Amino acid sequence: MVQETTFEGKVEYFQIIDKDGNVDIALDPDLPKDLLLRMFMGMKFARAFDDKGLKLQRTGRMLTFAPLLGQEASQIGSVAALEKEDWLFPTYRENGSYLYRGVSPSLLYRYWMGSEWGMCIPKETNSYTMIIPIAEQLPHAVGFAWAAKLKKNPIGVLAYCGDGATSEGDFHAALNFGGVFKAPVVFFCQNNGYAISVPRKRQTASKTIAQKALAYGFPGVQVDGNDILAVYSEVKKALDKGKRGEGPTLIEALTYRMGPHTTADDPTRYRTEEEVKYWKDRDPIKRFRIYLENKTYLSRQLEEKMDKEIEELINKAVEEAESKKENPEDIFKYMYSTMPPHLMEQMKEMKQFLK
Amino acid sequence: MVTKKMNMIEAINLCLHQEMEKNKDVVLLGEDVGVDGGVFRATQGLYMAFGEDRVADTPLCETGIVGAAIGMALYGLRPVAEIQFEGFTFPAFDQILSHAARIRTRSRGRFSCPLVIRSPYGGGVRALEHHSDAPETFYAHIPGLRVVIPSGPADAKGLLAASISDPDPTIFFEPKKIYRSFKEDVEEERYITPLSEAKVVKEGEDITIVSYGSMVRTCLEACELLEQTSIELIDLRTIMPFDENKVIQSVQKTGRCIVVHEAPRTLGLGAEIVARINEKALLDLKAPVRRVTGYDVTTPLPKLEEFFYPTPDRIVHAIKETMNF
Repeated sequence: MVQETTFEGKVEYFQIIDKDGNVDIALDPDLPKDLLLRMFMGMKFARAFDDKGLKLQRTGRMLTFAPLLGQEASQIGSVAALEKEDWLFPTYRENGSYLYRGVSPSLLYRYWMGSEWGMCIPKETNSYTMIIPIAEQLPHAVGFAWAAKLKKNPIGVLAYCGDGATSEGDFHAALNFGGVFKAPVVFFCQNNGYAISVPRKRQTASKTIAQKALAYGFPGVQVDGNDILAVYSEVKKALDKGKRGEGPTLIEALTYRMGPHTTADDPTRYRTEEEVKYWKDRDPIKRFRIYLENKTYLSRQLEEKMDKEIEELINKAVEEAESKKENPEDIFKYMYSTMPPHLMEQMKEMKQFLK
Repeated sequence: MVTKKMNMIEAINLCLHQEMEKNKDVVLLGEDVGVDGGVFRATQGLYMAFGEDRVADTPLCETGIVGAAIGMALYGLRPVAEIQFEGFTFPAFDQILSHAARIRTRSRGRFSCPLVIRSPYGGGVRALEHHSDAPETFYAHIPGLRVVIPSGPADAKGLLAASISDPDPTIFFEPKKIYRSFKEDVEEERYITPLSEAKVVKEGEDITIVSYGSMVRTCLEACELLEQTSIELIDLRTIMPFDENKVIQSVQKTGRCIVVHEAPRTLGLGAEIVARINEKALLDLKAPVRRVTGYDVTTPLPKLEEFFYPTPDRIVHAIKETMNF
């Protein structure tokens, strides 16, 4: 006997602003002017932070750094959809999301300059530390969201990952647990085309990443990850759905990492100039600028004012980060809630050699 | 003080009841911990008492169990995750090593991970492959973790209560060989047995035995065979961070020491004990410190496992060799 189990599944793709700034009026969420300008500022801030980070690294003032250039719409669109009480679980590339959340640029630079104090994320920003091992923050995000649900605290959790992360066991574990326990979590996958040099098609034989959600019992959607309005709208919808107790959503944002994976990477080894140009034409900031100008929300003078403000913030942040002193005792102090005797002894040993 | 004769499973079960009653943030999660009450029945009755929100049967995925438990701990809950057997903790090893143990220091105290991972541990029950291992060294080598291994019902109850109340992540290995092998008087009321504090099970003058877990029973059997030797037996109870003071003080008194554990010898906890004695009590020694341990081989299947684990005979032999050195 042969029986068939049929199931329904579809993956929708959303775009509101196309690459040239044309708007799909029916889908335009028509967000308030101040929010739109804050988002634009967020994108520009992210890009400037990034640019400065690269320059600092190239001049030996920063360790390896993971730039986000090209992914500003994905990061800012998604994080802007969070309410204050919601939570952010980023990877190591979400500097833009952190900044938008209110984490100071000097703190982030401090981390990238090699200090754990940079991950002492201020409480009021409701943001977790960045996690470097791929996909491993996703189960934490699920557990966190599940805990909130058990405590009847109606918050949403935004958990980031990349296309490469979808191959990891932790990705599967997280989506599976999220689905089973209907955790209020939004899995936001920035498909930026590559995991270092390995292209998206080498990560999975699936047609889309979004469709993986269907097997876990919840919806998956694709958005134009360089269209901030599409990203914002879909993340907002997904967060609200989670808060209503309707479980997770997987959002695949189709974007492109314009720069290297990290400062240690040379992308010319694995991708063509034509490909980079194709994406340069789809720059997320460029099209959002057109949108804002058409709405008469943004003028040249206003943008210049923003640029100046950002430059000052960044310069101040670098100065602050570079002026911070480290205390060698800190490597022992935070291992346990109370320092065990063997660490006291080892700390004493270390202190003999302090100059 | 009201006491009751209990085996270790009953003591653990009572402890979980009491911790869940005392603190609404304590939640249990794992495979079969709910309706079934755990494959060893450690969580029996808790599902009925506290409901599926607080006693959650999870998908069969150790990474997911521990990873989600870390997230719950970050939120402020007190998750107690059960991994069904020690041999299945390894899929979650990365989450434990890279996240649970690191988050406090890598966020300079901003986040902490008050998580307990319980797991039946060790051999001697003629179980299948991957059900009889002693992997504590892997966990004891991770800075930021605490590793607790009780040797009987009363300690199990107090140490588990302490672990659940502790702000740091704890691996709580329960020697399955002694889950039901004996009963002892256990105080019914809730109590705490301090972590990282060893217990002198038996005082003596001639030689110190340092051990933990089910091997403490094996050591006691050996002691009975050597009535003419005055043996001091120390049960570490917490193997990381362990109570170095008690070990050193005892060795300074006796001048002789053996270490007994079922985990493989090389780089096992015994090696660390020997190193600490070397650093702090070398000149008190009258003989080299010997190790009676599992051999550096893969845990054998039941037909040959008796040749792997330390036995009273092997311990007696080591004591005699040390005494006659």
